[in-house]
Amino acid sequence: MSKENIDVRYVADLARLDLSDQETETFQGQLESIIGYINKLKDVDIEGIEPIALSTPVSHGLREDTSQSNLGQADLLQNAPDSTKGQIRVPKVVDA
Amino acid sequence: MSLASQSITSLRSQLTNGDITPSDILDSLAQAIDTTNGNVGAYLTHDLESAKLEANTADLSKPLGGIPIAIKDNINVLGQPCTCASKFLAGGYTAPYDATVIAQLRSAGAIPFGRTNMDEFAMGSATESSALGQTTNPHDITRAPGGSSGGSAAAVAAHSAIAALGSDTGGSIRQPASHCGVVGLKPSYGRVSRYGLVAFSSSLDQIGPITQNVADSALLLNAISGHDPADSTSLQDNTPDFTEGLDRGVAGMKLGLPKEYFAEGIDPDVRKSVDASIAKLEAAGAELVEISLPHTDYAVATYYIIAPAEAASNLSRFDGVRYGNRAEQPEDILDLYRRSRAEGFGSEVKRRIILGTYVLSSGYYDAYYGRAQKVRTLIRQDFDNAYEQVDAILSPVSPSAAPLLGAHKDNPLQQYLADIYTISANLAGICGISVPCAPITSDTGTKLPVGLQILGPHMGEKKLLQIAYAAENT
Repeated sequence: MSKENIDVRYVADLARLDLSDQETETFQGQLESIIGYINKLKDVDIEGIEPIALSTPVSHGLREDTSQSNLGQADLLQNAPDSTKGQIRVPKVVDA
Repeated sequence: MSLASQSITSLRSQLTNGDITPSDILDSLAQAIDTTNGNVGAYLTHDLESAKLEANTADLSKPLGGIPIAIKDNINVLGQPCTCASKFLAGGYTAPYDATVIAQLRSAGAIPFGRTNMDEFAMGSATESSALGQTTNPHDITRAPGGSSGGSAAAVAAHSAIAALGSDTGGSIRQPASHCGVVGLKPSYGRVSRYGLVAFSSSLDQIGPITQNVADSALLLNAISGHDPADSTSLQDNTPDFTEGLDRGVAGMKLGLPKEYFAEGIDPDVRKSVDASIAKLEAAGAELVEISLPHTDYAVATYYIIAPAEAASNLSRFDGVRYGNRAEQPEDILDLYRRSRAEGFGSEVKRRIILGTYVLSSGYYDAYYGRAQKVRTLIRQDFDNAYEQVDAILSPVSPSAAPLLGAHKDNPLQQYLADIYTISANLAGICGISVPCAPITSDTGTKLPVGLQILGPHMGEKKLLQIAYAAENT
């Protein structure tokens, strides 16, 4: 089984995920063997084959343009770790 | 026989006769949970008081009137926790709405009761990636119940649930049902609404019933099927009465045996047990036909590209902002995301997020995700071709019976490979069911259940359940 290079720390960074050194080392080995295994798809002749994202067609019918009740602000905020004045509070994202 | 150990059909007749009340069933279940949960750990939580309030007003004239149903902990039930067995959501999330299947169960008179353990975010096949506790196999508590819906299957097998809902992305209903000796149905993609199911892999996930028998499975499928405007992938298809004509038998049906599934790697005792069930269907008048699913060897690889890719995308919503875990005193928003996720997710979830991110990343997308979507087409075509020759396909659910706890702890690839018989159904969007065969004897003398898998064409549940009923009753 071929091994494949994956830079686990770099990819975890793309996924916004901190890893410990121990995790990085463990995942590095495990993911190399998993990627080595999934590389077997390179053997399949896919010439002229259409890709599918879903196994079945999606119903694209539009609903009637009428208002519907939905979750209210209080329902949505009840799970927020930090909220104030009807808003979710997060660290500053833009410099003034 | 306690009420907790009886089927829906049996309880329904006692309820409508006035011999028992829904509250009696809840009491019996609560007692069974107290007795079994220490060893089996099928339930994460249950709220008897609120279920009793619902029981008082249950409409017994409805098809599931007064029947408590256990719910896998990745399906939203209004006012209840929904942890996905993850530290990320434990203690930090209360469902603000009912999933569509829950609303459907309620309108059929059922009472959602109890939350069952699972692999974290449904990623795993032994319920061992749960961050919230261990579930064991009621038939041998040194072994895993299977997964990811291991809590639902173990609860039904331990007679601490009448029936349960699970979800199946690559076998997560059928495989634990097989390992626990109960009936597990994965409906066709689009048969059941996914609204309110915490998404793992959106093109593969389906909710389905785990029950004591096939008739109960049909009853539950009746309740949860149908188009939902809130899920654009749920199909506009008339829902037949799946309970009608269950006993029609298999005489004249053609049942396919894929030569690739019976080639190698099956435990010989499992093989013998599955062969015996197949022989009974033949004796009941079915014609057995050898078929080929030529792309079988690529199914696991295809799945472990597509499912992690979709998972990496779906789980980006768990960022510590709107719900769940938030890291203390973040330096900035990126630090908040990175540490909230690092603290909240377990190893299997992290591994799959990294794998999924990798196969979608620039320079690798075409080689992995794009290619896997094309091989998925080929896998679906294999099944389309097969169903031109046969009514359904028979196979084992899993190459072996329930593994010992911790068997695959350090080797995720080895665990992934055991999904070989179940994952193709999700890739192809077809329906499948696990029905108990004769149990086998483990090397310590315990009896371990084995499941026969029956795979039907897309939206072919009616005939699938008839075959399953025949397999169960011949």
